Amino acid sequence: MSSSAPVNVPVDILRFNTCGSVDDGKSTLIGRLLYDSKSLMEDQIEALERSADITGGGQINLANLTDGLRAEREQGITIDVAYRYFATPRRKFIIADTPGHVQYTRNMVTGASSANLSIILVDARTGVIEQSRRHTAIASLLRIPHLVVAVNKMDLVGWSEQRFMEIRAQFEEFLPRLDIKDVKFIPMSALNGDNVVDPSPHTPWYAGPTLLGHLETVHIASDWNLQAFRLPVQWVNRPNNPTDAALHDFRGFSGQIAGGIVRVGQRVLALPAGIVTTVKQIWTFDGPVDEAFCPQSVTLVLEHDIDISRGSMLIGAAHLPGAATELDADVCWMHSRPLEPGKKYYLKHTAHTVQAVVTEVVNKLNMSTLDTEDAPGRLAMNDIGEIRIRTAKPLVFDGYATNRLTGSFILIEQGTNATVAAGMLMPPREVVKPEVGDYVI
Amino acid sequence: MHSYHLDHLQHLETEAIHIMREVAGEFERPALLFSGGKDSICLLRLAEKAFRPSDLPTPLLNVDTGHHFPELNEFRDRRAKQLGAKLIIRTVEEAIAKGIAQPSPGEISRNRLQIPTLLAAIEEFRFDCCIGGARRDEEKARAKERFFSFRDAFGQWDPKNQRPEIWNLYNGRLNPGENMRVFPLSNWTEMDVWEYIQREKLEVPSIYFSHKRQCVRRGGQWLPANDLVPPKPSEEVRELVVRVRTIGDIISTGCVESPATTVSDIIAEIAAARVTERGSRADDKASEAAMEDRKKAGYF
Repeated sequence: MSSSAPVNVPVDILRFNTCGSVDDGKSTLIGRLLYDSKSLMEDQIEALERSADITGGGQINLANLTDGLRAEREQGITIDVAYRYFATPRRKFIIADTPGHVQYTRNMVTGASSANLSIILVDARTGVIEQSRRHTAIASLLRIPHLVVAVNKMDLVGWSEQRFMEIRAQFEEFLPRLDIKDVKFIPMSALNGDNVVDPSPHTPWYAGPTLLGHLETVHIASDWNLQAFRLPVQWVNRPNNPTDAALHDFRGFSGQIAGGIVRVGQRVLALPAGIVTTVKQIWTFDGPVDEAFCPQSVTLVLEHDIDISRGSMLIGAAHLPGAATELDADVCWMHSRPLEPGKKYYLKHTAHTVQAVVTEVVNKLNMSTLDTEDAPGRLAMNDIGEIRIRTAKPLVFDGYATNRLTGSFILIEQGTNATVAAGMLMPPREVVKPEVGDYVI
Repeated sequence: MHSYHLDHLQHLETEAIHIMREVAGEFERPALLFSGGKDSICLLRLAEKAFRPSDLPTPLLNVDTGHHFPELNEFRDRRAKQLGAKLIIRTVEEAIAKGIAQPSPGEISRNRLQIPTLLAAIEEFRFDCCIGGARRDEEKARAKERFFSFRDAFGQWDPKNQRPEIWNLYNGRLNPGENMRVFPLSNWTEMDVWEYIQREKLEVPSIYFSHKRQCVRRGGQWLPANDLVPPKPSEEVRELVVRVRTIGDIISTGCVESPATTVSDIIAEIAAARVTERGSRADDKASEAAMEDRKKAGYF
């Protein structure tokens, strides 16, 4: 589908997700974006036309492009996250199309967790509803750097600038209470294509960019933390090759750098073991390198033969993380069985899975008021709240606000193995204190 | 390296390597599905990047329908040997003989019969995870697929009950008999695959490049003339200069007329293409939900 992507030119990738309520026109908007940016191929347009005869009295229904599963077409809703890809000469785009009805909020968290930008759709006739507030709050909680409020179906309110400004004011009432720095409001009609790819003749009062224009040019502030070196060890690389002397003793620690930069000769600390050593080699399939950075995948060879395994973390000693078994976190509960304090879950953090028990539900976010309610007792599906957790083994972590990769976790229900929660850790109460100065084995 | 910037291919690569290593870390007996097609060629290179200098921690598994292009099988065997990887082949023919796969009367396509053959191989070797080269941009049902796609004890995919996937935290926990399909190339497009093949200088089977072939006009496409479904007198047969864009069985893979003889030619051709890759696969055109139904039954 990347029909107009330039070849051999470094292109970056913008990941975004769309959210809104049923009938806000999300699928239509994505269909319009693909259609008007000429990202659709002839056989896709043919398939659209074929389905138009069955479902829609002959008119092409752009929503059929994304509502891929038969159950969805029959019910006219989107039941799961669908990913779409398109490119313009300026950028490659990954869209996570996430459904908006209440019971599928977990999918929005799924689609939005890695996004650079979220599009919140609002029906110009109804304005801000609880779903809009919920989606904006989730985007804020996940610290998605950019937000677009797409005020859709403007044709049905006579392209009224006053109505547009009212909706904007509704948002601005609660936005200051959230953690979102960059918000763009765009009036549009996805059905008719106004201000999606092409500027609308109906909005002379709107001087801003079209949606695609904005997506192509928005500055993607680096999502990656390049300050503090973190390498969660995923896999210990031991060739155990009896015939090749060079490989016989090779012992590397493989993982994706979750923060910072690492250089050959740099001193690193292995946690939770608490052992200081030096980087001897940065091994890659394409040859050794002098330095590597987040989010590259590498294999580190260390000066000392120390006991590190999957779940350990190598860190730069200049910026120390927390290491604790008592943790505070915001969680989004994603399962129909509510969170039960006292019940054991598995907690997966970086490449490390440990047993954990929720000791306290501190508060719960009220989606209508965005106020917190203390001591709610439990969290049900789609609830967001702050909890306390105790883990069986210490977690080496950063606050989510500092590092998305070392500050996030999921909870897994024992027995069913269902993923039941997405968690974002609060900053450590104190950083780890390595007891060693120059500990050499 | 001083700009600390990754371009789109480097981003996709590090994401895929991370997923490969999660598989090695979380599963006891993973396998890598290798057909010799362009996507699985990229998978193998990513496995090398994830695991060298060690040996690959997974054997390669291929379900041979018996209707493969001979060029593809020759390449598959040769590439596995080059890498020193263990290649396991299970054939639909054998599965039919053992009663594992049951063809319907008059059914020529082996597409459906791959499913029980694959599931039997998973059981035979007790694989708990199969790494596959499927991409979300291929097809609408694939667009809803997770990186870690959970399959129940019957090998079935339940699109309404998928595990949420958040950040880069993949839940690989299974109960006995359950199985995971993992798709490291989920976020890759057809263009990304070819650009990666170019950057990594990877060899691909000769049928991806322009060659002369006897083709038969069938269902609006040029299919390779073959003995399995011989041309009827009413069907037009012609010798054309063609290549294949996506490789399925010889009876269902459309050939596109093309002068492309190099990877650069192919990239230029895709950039100008007006139909999708799967537009040339007769197996997907059967109905709007053809892929969805096959996936629910245990297809890759």
